[in-house]
Amino acid sequence: MLKDQVSIVLSGEAGQGLDTIESLIIILLKKSGFNAFLSREFMSRIRGGNNTSEIRVSSEKVHAFVDKIDILIMLSPQGADRLETRLTPATIIIGANVAVPAKYAEMGCRVIALDLEEKLAALGGSIYTNIIVTGMLTSLLACDDASAQELIRSRFKAKGEELVNKNLVALQQGVDIARELDIPIAIERDAKAAAKTALSGTEAIGIGAIAGGCNFIASYPMSPGTGVLAYLAKQSKEHGIIVEQAEDEIAAINMMLGAWYAGARAMVTTSGGGFALMTEGMSLAGCVESPAVIHLAQRPGPATGLPTRTEQGDLNLVLYAGQGDFPRVIYAPGKFDDAITLTQKAFDVADQFQIPVILLTDQYFLDSIGMTEQIDFSKSAIVNNFIETTADYQRYALTPSGVSPRGIPGYGKGLVCADSDEHSENGRITEDFAMRVAMVDKRMRKLDGYKDVEPELIGNKDYSTLLIGWGSTYGAICEALKLLNRDDIAFAFFQQVYPVPSSAVKMLEQAQKRIVIENNATGQFGKLLEMETLLKVHQKILKYNGMPFSVEELVERILGGLSS
Amino acid sequence: MNTRFDFVEGKNTAWCPGCGNMMLLAILKGALEELNLDPTRVVISSGIGQAAKMPQYLRINYFNGLHGRALPVATAIKAANPELTVIAEGGDGDMYGEGGNHFLHTIRRNPDIAHIVHNNMVYGLTKGQASPTSQRGFITPVQVYGVASEPFNPLTTAISVGATFVARAFVGNQGQARELIKAAIGHKGYALIDIFDPCVSFNKINTFNWYKENTYVIDASYDPSDKAAALKKGAEEAPYPLGIIYRQAEHKPTFEEQLAVYEKDPSPLHRRQRNSELLNKLMPSE
Repeated sequence: MLKDQVSIVLSGEAGQGLDTIESLIIILLKKSGFNAFLSREFMSRIRGGNNTSEIRVSSEKVHAFVDKIDILIMLSPQGADRLETRLTPATIIIGANVAVPAKYAEMGCRVIALDLEEKLAALGGSIYTNIIVTGMLTSLLACDDASAQELIRSRFKAKGEELVNKNLVALQQGVDIARELDIPIAIERDAKAAAKTALSGTEAIGIGAIAGGCNFIASYPMSPGTGVLAYLAKQSKEHGIIVEQAEDEIAAINMMLGAWYAGARAMVTTSGGGFALMTEGMSLAGCVESPAVIHLAQRPGPATGLPTRTEQGDLNLVLYAGQGDFPRVIYAPGKFDDAITLTQKAFDVADQFQIPVILLTDQYFLDSIGMTEQIDFSKSAIVNNFIETTADYQRYALTPSGVSPRGIPGYGKGLVCADSDEHSENGRITEDFAMRVAMVDKRMRKLDGYKDVEPELIGNKDYSTLLIGWGSTYGAICEALKLLNRDDIAFAFFQQVYPVPSSAVKMLEQAQKRIVIENNATGQFGKLLEMETLLKVHQKILKYNGMPFSVEELVERILGGLSS
Repeated sequence: MNTRFDFVEGKNTAWCPGCGNMMLLAILKGALEELNLDPTRVVISSGIGQAAKMPQYLRINYFNGLHGRALPVATAIKAANPELTVIAEGGDGDMYGEGGNHFLHTIRRNPDIAHIVHNNMVYGLTKGQASPTSQRGFITPVQVYGVASEPFNPLTTAISVGATFVARAFVGNQGQARELIKAAIGHKGYALIDIFDPCVSFNKINTFNWYKENTYVIDASYDPSDKAAALKKGAEEAPYPLGIIYRQAEHKPTFEEQLAVYEKDPSPLHRRQRNSELLNKLMPSE
């Protein structure tokens, strides 16, 4: 009997519509009062290949990928061998109208081969497999039948009564099939789950952007960052957002800066390769002192790398991007509610300090779906920091804080002169050495007034070993820490990775052993911490094959590290 | 002539004595003055190069950004606040070389901006290398055996990509240049005005006199709304035609006009408020 949690993996080809099952089942699980987390991995192709989705249902909050597969549902014969190392004799393999290789039964797995041919032919084709599988999951996970039917109705309403009815039949067939299978799963429901919102990392960034008052986005499509562009495009009419697909990333970032200059609240979304092209714009933001919000969705590099996979390899890129010295802030959310609030904050911090703010996410984070507490946005009004100018307005007035009041053209009696050349207070080109120094100093002191997002300490306060992580590894490290169940280990989670927050030194100093856990090949954040705190990182747990850390892998590698 | 766009401290420019940009500065100020524009409601977006320094010497709003990038910046400024008059200005290297891709796609978008390009067939600020419009055989410190590439024709390119206003001027013909700039600013949609503007320091071939001898003013009988004729006219070389090469008779929807955000509400983005009620609906519990 699976009581505390279950991990179900759907395996299919690109173009088979795994996302139909995913989107239905995640809402259904939420409505039925379950904690759930769904993560996806897929190949860089439009049709064929092998893609999988892992659905975890748990009696407790869950936000991590596990290796373990309790139930594998195969919608395609392809690619199961990729999953072999994750199968155990306890794994149940269901072939949804697909032959399951004989070796899995030999391994001790319970294999259930479903012949759906007749049913599918009667319904009208293999396209109904997805809904039959959704019905099976509804029954296996003890979701509400009525909610499932309601979801099907609203999903297919636009396609007409006949299609709604056929899909309802398919759903019921799936429910009936699963009842006969005798797979005992009884996950406890969580009363709080039903009131939550099911959303993806991509949606979290998008909602956060709108919450931050975003009304302009220009970008060039690049996986995995494109989803945010598409999300804001979908919301553009209702929320008044100008959405433009630029000819290249250079145009995109320059459009963003032009938009801020004229009074918009603008952002770009991209991946590492696209951001490489935006580098000059990053530096431009530094010099013209423009707010800028940059969402960088990481994927493994160098160059084109693994386009549809995940990595945390672009911290160094955003940390050092742009010629010259200028301040910047880098956030890396670890869970979806933080992604919303940090994205919202990115707009405010960018506006308030007139600096670029970067949001670092990755494919794993963006493509995952989880349950998030609702946020009441009426409590956080937008404060636009631009002013109405007077006739004597000077865009780069030297001030004690370093922040000059920001005027926008056409609002007030003054002129707004923004310059990428070194400039005087009125924005005109200068080569005066004293003015140059005054301007550099002014720009560099702007962050003196900024308040850090301090790292979160998870676990026992009397730790001697400190695990250190940032961004999307949050959920897996938290769950691994819990499984380790040791009071000498704690986890310092950084969602502000730069500037290194002020409380980091104290948190690191207490530990005799500091272990960074990063989804990259060199431990980029660990090196940054060493440089900024002068404290040594003793061990690095790194992964760079394109997949996120699994909980089990982390437990094993942390234990391995402790004994070495 | 004194204008409301005169920037008093701007008399000491970074341009060489005798530079065509001096003439162009006077022409531009005259055009802006005659259009009766308010300097606080006009923005010049410029890139880098001697031409791109133009707004430094004007009493005007400006975004003096990076080399080649004036057009995307100008497009976004106009989109965020359609009430502003927006001009993108720079040289041939800036706009046709470094910013070549933006040139093509800005024309396709058709924002309501005037695009003023100083064309001197050479790189000035980097000291005399070939520009995209340099003529074949032009010898420079880099193109030591002479330019081998085909000179870029901005006029026929713009027309073929869909520009609805394409003109060429010469700073030596001040009255016409001023009228063409006024027409470009007044045109509803993207308007290109390529202006022959001699470089006195680095182009000893295409001098003021050379331009004078190798240009002619288009006859009044010419119909600029005939696209086929315009492509032919724009392709003419030595003598080069001066005037409106192409102006589409019917209005083409601008970038801003097609933005959904202005369908019901014409107010610029900075005067709008986030709608928290709608925002809350993005996180449904149902």
